[in-house]
Amino acid sequence: MTTATLESDPAGKAVGNQQPLLLEAGAVTTSSTPAFREEQAAAWGRFKEVPMPVRTDERWRFANLKAIQLDAYRAPAPVDAELARTLLDRSREMEAVAGRLVFANDQLLAHEPVSEALRAKGVLWLPLERAVAEHPELMARHFMREGAVLGSQKFAELHRARVRAGSVLYVPRGVEVELPFEAHHWLCGEAGSAFPHTLIIAEERSRVTLVDVLRSAGEDAGMVCGVNDLWLGAGAQVTYVSVQDWSRRVAGWQVNATVVGRDARATALALQLGGAHVRSENVSRLRGQGGRSDMLAICVADGSQEFDQRTLQVHEVEHTSSDLLFKNALDDKARTIFAGLIRVDSGAHKTDAYQKVRNLLLSDEAEANSAPGLEIEADDVRCTHGATTGQIEAEELFYLLSRGIPLRQAQRLIVNGFLHEVIERLGAPCIGEKLADRVQAKFEAERR
Amino acid sequence: MSSLSIRNLHVRIGEKEILRGLNLEVPKGEVHAIMGPNGSGKSTLSKAIAGHPDYTMTCGEVLLDGESVLGLDPDVRARKGLFLAFQYPMEIPGVSNANFLRAAVQARLPEGEELEATEFYARMYEKMDLLEMPRAFTARSVNEGFSGGEKKRNEILQMAMLEPRYAVLDETDSGLDIDALKVVSNGVNTLRGPGMGILLITHYQRLLDYIVPDYVHVMVGGRIVQSGGKGLALELEEKGYDFIKEGLPEEQSVA
Repeated sequence: MTTATLESDPAGKAVGNQQPLLLEAGAVTTSSTPAFREEQAAAWGRFKEVPMPVRTDERWRFANLKAIQLDAYRAPAPVDAELARTLLDRSREMEAVAGRLVFANDQLLAHEPVSEALRAKGVLWLPLERAVAEHPELMARHFMREGAVLGSQKFAELHRARVRAGSVLYVPRGVEVELPFEAHHWLCGEAGSAFPHTLIIAEERSRVTLVDVLRSAGEDAGMVCGVNDLWLGAGAQVTYVSVQDWSRRVAGWQVNATVVGRDARATALALQLGGAHVRSENVSRLRGQGGRSDMLAICVADGSQEFDQRTLQVHEVEHTSSDLLFKNALDDKARTIFAGLIRVDSGAHKTDAYQKVRNLLLSDEAEANSAPGLEIEADDVRCTHGATTGQIEAEELFYLLSRGIPLRQAQRLIVNGFLHEVIERLGAPCIGEKLADRVQAKFEAERR
Repeated sequence: MSSLSIRNLHVRIGEKEILRGLNLEVPKGEVHAIMGPNGSGKSTLSKAIAGHPDYTMTCGEVLLDGESVLGLDPDVRARKGLFLAFQYPMEIPGVSNANFLRAAVQARLPEGEELEATEFYARMYEKMDLLEMPRAFTARSVNEGFSGGEKKRNEILQMAMLEPRYAVLDETDSGLDIDALKVVSNGVNTLRGPGMGILLITHYQRLLDYIVPDYVHVMVGGRIVQSGGKGLALELEEKGYDFIKEGLPEEQSVA
């Protein structure tokens, strides 16, 4: 693999090491417009001011604060041509896509634009820097308009100060895009960093799917701090899938916000496979009547991995629904945290809100923490929430064994079966198959 | 030596001894039936043979064509040619029947050899036709939401696909209506032959009208207390288990 050239540079001059330390780097200065540059500089100031999270903050309960060591990382390093080529070759997830973007260390490697037909309909599929330069009004209306409310304000400011890479997908009123869009964000080089951004703006009655793939090129340590925002106009349908498969030495923070308009439907699924310590915060705001948000996540955690997930389902108006299903499979000494809240604002009557977390422990040393919560200020609502933690049923396992299936494989089958419900809820079989393959690949990579 | 041979088998669950010196020989190519009242240890026998971890063999032997299975894990026993059709087949949510069967068939291939998918499906469909199972079954999760009859058919489908040397069918007739019983029996009858020894465990004689055994054994109190031809089953049906129990010493008659 080409990454070896980065790792094994004898002079210790791996590309990553030539970069300034992240904490001394300041905001990005190459912003596409002066206004955006100013914003980024201001965000850096706020990043410096906002204190580090503390354990006494309820939003960081159970969290491993020692995992937050930002001083170890450096600003994103440029990627040489050879590595870029290798990564491009590996940057294909779906067979056919409506558009593709590939970034490595926040550097744009490839931009496959939309078809002429979609362009004529007004669909925008742009790298963030171009969107900032060419569509300032659109960006002003939608770029990071929802603050990070679940504890990661500091990381959101850092992202805002450092962001260069990202996809901006705008789908005009009534336009339906059949094929999915696909964006790849690679992290490479020792102690590197990346700040991937995703912004989907789906106007009235539009329909679109986007798959983000976040990966490490090698086994290097690094950090990733990403922000995703999904905006759904009336009747819009958005499916957003993110696949995270960083090296086991990466720390990640993800802040996701989804705003659902009237009769719109958002379906988001996050597949978490890699990383040493990954925290993701997901907020769904049901802002228009008839809106619905499906929040789905799968964590396959083993070794000493930690996945920390915080969620908020906010029902701002009546007749809205949200349905969260998170499943975690934990092996070895892995650890997961789930803290979720359903908030039904006053007046948001006829709310349907569900929250279900299921943990499957494959080892006695794995630890799953769950804290589901409800805060209801309206009448006539249907809300359920619950978290369960269990092990593989001995009788199920015996059944598979009695068919001659070896223990390890029988356990995997059961874990796959356990996770299947989440993939099925996505309602996109082609993508679901890829997700199942990735889970399988993780199983096969372990214990070689 | 071509037989499933059980010699002086003692098995306990926890501290409780359930099988107390059971002897049984099922030669390859024959069908033997074990009948017995509730609590006589019939299901314990099937689980113990299959290697369920809750059942401890304290004494005796189980030999598969002369080879002891004692201490072998259940999956190893299965790959050596043992099959257990469960009385209550487990539901495995999210795992499709096809994937489950593929994994089981794949496990029997030599290391590094990949299952040929087209061949596998062709063979599976052929067996499903025999059991009158619609194709849709392949995509459904293993036994999830299956009726009693569907579950039992699924057990026989697995047996057909895995081609064991010895199969133990635990109360395969329970929960079946007469039509389903005919289909399942027809499946078993098609599979029986010189290459397979079958041990039928049943509470009722009814099953034996459809799968006619070569021998019948009566089990009471964790032992085989009487053996005979298929006529023995009819006698049991007529007179009930009490007539057997009456002939036994007091200590054995209590299950």
